[in-house]
Amino acid sequence: MSKITIPLGPQHPALKEPENFMLVLEGEQITGATVNLGYNHRGMEKAAEERTYMQDLYLIERVCGICSHSHTTCYITNVEELAKAETPKRALAIRTLFGELERVHSHLLWLGVAGYEMGFETLFMYTWRDREQVLDCLEMLSGNRVHYSINTLGGVRRDITAEQKAGVLKRIKYLEERTKYYISLATEETTLLARTQNVGKLPYDVAIERGAVGPTARASGIARDVRKDDPYLIYGELDFKLITHNTCDVFGRLVVRALELMESYKMIEQILNNLPEGPIAVKVPWRIPAGEAVNHYEAPRGEDIHYLKANNTDKPERLKVRAPTLANLQSVAYMMEGGWLADVPLVIAAIDPCMSCTDRAVVWNPKKGKKEIYGWEELRKMGIEHYKRRGVDFTKL
Amino acid sequence: MIHPARVFREVIKHLFRKPATCAYPFEKAKIMPDFRGRIDFDSSKCIGCQMCVRACPSKAIEIPLSKVQPPAPAQIEGQPPVPAKKKFDCIMKLDHCVYCAQCVEVCPKKALIMTQDFELAHVDRKELRRHYT
Repeated sequence: MSKITIPLGPQHPALKEPENFMLVLEGEQITGATVNLGYNHRGMEKAAEERTYMQDLYLIERVCGICSHSHTTCYITNVEELAKAETPKRALAIRTLFGELERVHSHLLWLGVAGYEMGFETLFMYTWRDREQVLDCLEMLSGNRVHYSINTLGGVRRDITAEQKAGVLKRIKYLEERTKYYISLATEETTLLARTQNVGKLPYDVAIERGAVGPTARASGIARDVRKDDPYLIYGELDFKLITHNTCDVFGRLVVRALELMESYKMIEQILNNLPEGPIAVKVPWRIPAGEAVNHYEAPRGEDIHYLKANNTDKPERLKVRAPTLANLQSVAYMMEGGWLADVPLVIAAIDPCMSCTDRAVVWNPKKGKKEIYGWEELRKMGIEHYKRRGVDFTKL
Repeated sequence: MIHPARVFREVIKHLFRKPATCAYPFEKAKIMPDFRGRIDFDSSKCIGCQMCVRACPSKAIEIPLSKVQPPAPAQIEGQPPVPAKKKFDCIMKLDHCVYCAQCVEVCPKKALIMTQDFELAHVDRKELRRHYT
């Protein structure tokens, strides 16, 4: 059978964000896939260099809409490490609480999206309705549903009252019951099993080779979780299990996320019942002493890495973000190969992709085989030339 | 164990439940008490220190001097004249604002107030540039 290459994206109904996948098809079967990044580059790292550390907090939050707390916490840990600030225990506990609430809302969101992609819209409707409960918790505690802005330099911005604690615990109890139902649904409903089992296979050794992170790696049997491997915040004191699954397919990823939800509920209850007393923030100077710091954080999608370089001013010299989706995209190309075209949306959705977080400016010249860094002047010249070829002249601008 | 059509029982149960959504524009949406909404301004408290302008991550605030300034208080005999208290306006660009309420936190005189007002969409772009006096 003759081979044909079709593009999936940048604009495609199956993709929530623009990204391009070139699929080589033999009939209905995929024999090769390449991922092309770069449709969402927003220049956030550069923008961060022109803002103060406090302003960056609100910028970095907007790297991702779903894991907004993960990015700020990772960033702020770097800043506090460089400023040698001792964040109060209560602030760390509140940050952990938000991290877990965020994981709950992200995983419930994913469960809905997966249901939608496999054509099981009832599941999508139910999970998203239940997700409102956790969003209500977040709105009650922080003042917003998605961009919580709870972190501040040296601590958190809002304290938790007894009333709020009771409200969160009530909602978590309801969610726990619902999640138990979804787990039974996921493991017993035939339509769901038929659609997810043996789809998007990622064997253990390939997952290691391609550097998969988060639930994608854990569903391939890799016991890798930053919360366990290198406990940050107060994870070291919490009692939770590392969930892995060995089916290496979309079904495994579903089970890992659903079981992680149960662990998160357990952790939320532990944190709220043993909230340490004390202040919620310490003062951090506006100027951060020169130095470099790297930190990682287990975001709902996997390991999120931030690098920060300070130069004794109130603005960072360099900030680098490695979002978890970038690490997982390598595996997507492998997962799609050998599968069916109809499964592609589900396989892509199974890593819980967040394309906007991922896109960074990387210039790779395959002819020369080396990495190049372009300066501002060169980029400007390239842009002008690019438009000149299309008949528009921007030289005078 | 495999149960085909396991979800049906749940679906039928939901037929007799109240809808999870609310008919929003006709019914008031419920928001939490400390929701971060539009920022309001109290001109009588503002001292024009520009702290909010510097803190704002999206450059949404301007604090210009008011066009009409209050007159200086009458001079009391034997004492040096007291300069008039300057009055400041606030221009809040709602289309730039990210509603983080950082300005409310840095304001030393509590002149900026966080409200729970969230229905801020407009057809006219000029309406988004609020001028508080």
